[in-house]
Amino acid sequence: MTTPIELEPRSAATARVRLAAEGVRLAYDERVVVDGLDLQLTEGSFTAIVGPNGCGKSTLLRALGRLLRPTAGQVLLDGQAIAKTPTREVAKVLGLLPQTPVAPEGLTVGDLVARGRHPHQSWLRQWSRDDEAVVAEALAWTDMTELADRPVDALSGGQRQRAWISMALAQGTDLLLLDEPTTYLDLSHQIDVLELVGRLHAERGRTVVVVLHDLNLAARYAHRLVAMKDGALVASGTPDEVLTEQLLADVFDLEARVIPDPVAGTPMVVPVRRLR
Amino acid sequence: MATTVEVPARDAVRPLARSRRARRLATLLLLLGLVVAASLASIAVGTRSIGLGDVWRALLDSDLSTEEAVIVRQLRVPRTVLGLLVGLALGIAGALMQGHTRNPLGDPGLLGVTAGASLAVVLAISVFGLTSPSGYVWFAFAGALAGTVLVYAIGSAGRGGATPLSLALAGAALSALMYALVRAVLVSDQQTLDSFRFWVVGSLAGRGADVAWQVGPFIAIGLVLALVNAPALNLLGLGEDVARGLGQRIWLARAVGLAAITLLCGAATAACGPIAFVGLVVPHMVRALTGPDHRWLLPCSGLLGAALLLGADVIGRVVVRPGELQVGIVLALIGAPFFIALVRRTRAAGL
Repeated sequence: MTTPIELEPRSAATARVRLAAEGVRLAYDERVVVDGLDLQLTEGSFTAIVGPNGCGKSTLLRALGRLLRPTAGQVLLDGQAIAKTPTREVAKVLGLLPQTPVAPEGLTVGDLVARGRHPHQSWLRQWSRDDEAVVAEALAWTDMTELADRPVDALSGGQRQRAWISMALAQGTDLLLLDEPTTYLDLSHQIDVLELVGRLHAERGRTVVVVLHDLNLAARYAHRLVAMKDGALVASGTPDEVLTEQLLADVFDLEARVIPDPVAGTPMVVPVRRLR
Repeated sequence: MATTVEVPARDAVRPLARSRRARRLATLLLLLGLVVAASLASIAVGTRSIGLGDVWRALLDSDLSTEEAVIVRQLRVPRTVLGLLVGLALGIAGALMQGHTRNPLGDPGLLGVTAGASLAVVLAISVFGLTSPSGYVWFAFAGALAGTVLVYAIGSAGRGGATPLSLALAGAALSALMYALVRAVLVSDQQTLDSFRFWVVGSLAGRGADVAWQVGPFIAIGLVLALVNAPALNLLGLGEDVARGLGQRIWLARAVGLAAITLLCGAATAACGPIAFVGLVVPHMVRALTGPDHRWLLPCSGLLGAALLLGADVIGRVVVRPGELQVGIVLALIGAPFFIALVRRTRAAGL
């Protein structure tokens, strides 16, 4: 078992750990996808999990979000075993968006965002002025107010993703896990979605974990990168520390140059060729 | 650190949301009106037509013993009440089934309810020699329950537990098996066939108030469970991962929904035989009016189911006078073309 990797070692050494994986083994039936993995995510961090297809990054995210129960080890949310915490209590603190979620036909954006309030409601307390205000604010903040009465299935891909993020915002959780929120979007909408997620982190103080395929975008928007290969965590740190030519060769079998992004100054990968 | 955002009142921003609420309320009232109209027609119309004035007098004065009054009280009213109950149950069960499977072709029969009930009724007739609907009821109900439990046990045996897909597959396979057994009995037993064919066609005729009393409590419990299930169903519509992320316990929502479907559909099938199309068509019609919110969709589907079933029953009494066409047949004759038109118009795909 490896020692836990501290994600905010210098800048926020005192920051509270919100979410942690301790020696987790994750498996679908007999097939072990992730084994003995340790990870700590501190308050206010913005982490991107990267790695090749099938490396287990989405599986890890599912475990962090309590969608998948580890067969060994445990996931801790604010120091408590997440598996033993009631679903609704988790949902008040931790929000998650799976990859390309699908809304029922005809569901309006406003109603979708309203459903984000579910963890705060009960049979006795169905819908309150608070909920109303939070939903209106979430719609306004994600610039979806104008589209609130449109069916989600009638929106473009980028708008649709905004609607789902608006729902996650209305849920009002400190932690937000996103599984490839930019899938199937064109580049400008990828930027749009990641800008929005970045604002959630910067302006709303959300602790964000996002699984991303695009390394350059991950390096630009996330403050911490976690690289995975074959179900193990191989590197963790700032984008500058993680995105090296050596790591790209080791993890992605890719020969590449890493140069500074001329716009953001973050590392940028320029592929040369696939190794092996 | 948060940027201030102007938050106008929701209704000011969303005039459509308000108009949609009005529209849903109007839909509910319209359906209530339809149910009342269909009920009155069901009491008044038949082989012997009875004026509404006589209907009122018969209902208000329980001592009145004219022939009309006796027909109204002893035949038409129990039949109408049963039609209401069964229509309500089938409409809601259909909406629940489509919601849980996220499949627009979801039909309560998919869970093995109908096949289980059919097999039990065949056995009741051929082995125990029962011949009256009120005698079949408990057999049909037990068969419906057993069918569902079996489908659920097999559907959840595989990895990943009971998913809507594995349940539908198990239901299809077991239904095929149970229908084969039904046919095996019928082929070798002429007498059973004669009694069974009147049950399997789906009819309100010949069921007295006793049948309504037998299935009524189960339908009532099913209705309560269905309404309790509505908010969870709204979340499940977003996918299981999102629903769980929003704090919904999936197994609980599925268990409540399955219990409601089994009670509603099992009771309806036990009372009247298998009646197709109500559970399939009604939720589609209602969804076009109320949208996908199950808090509206479920009750409205129940009301439209009741109105449709009663309406079809009335039509069945009129078209081949002095005989009767069973409600199951009328529904299929109206339902099939209607459904085809609906599919062509709205491409009733993805929920």
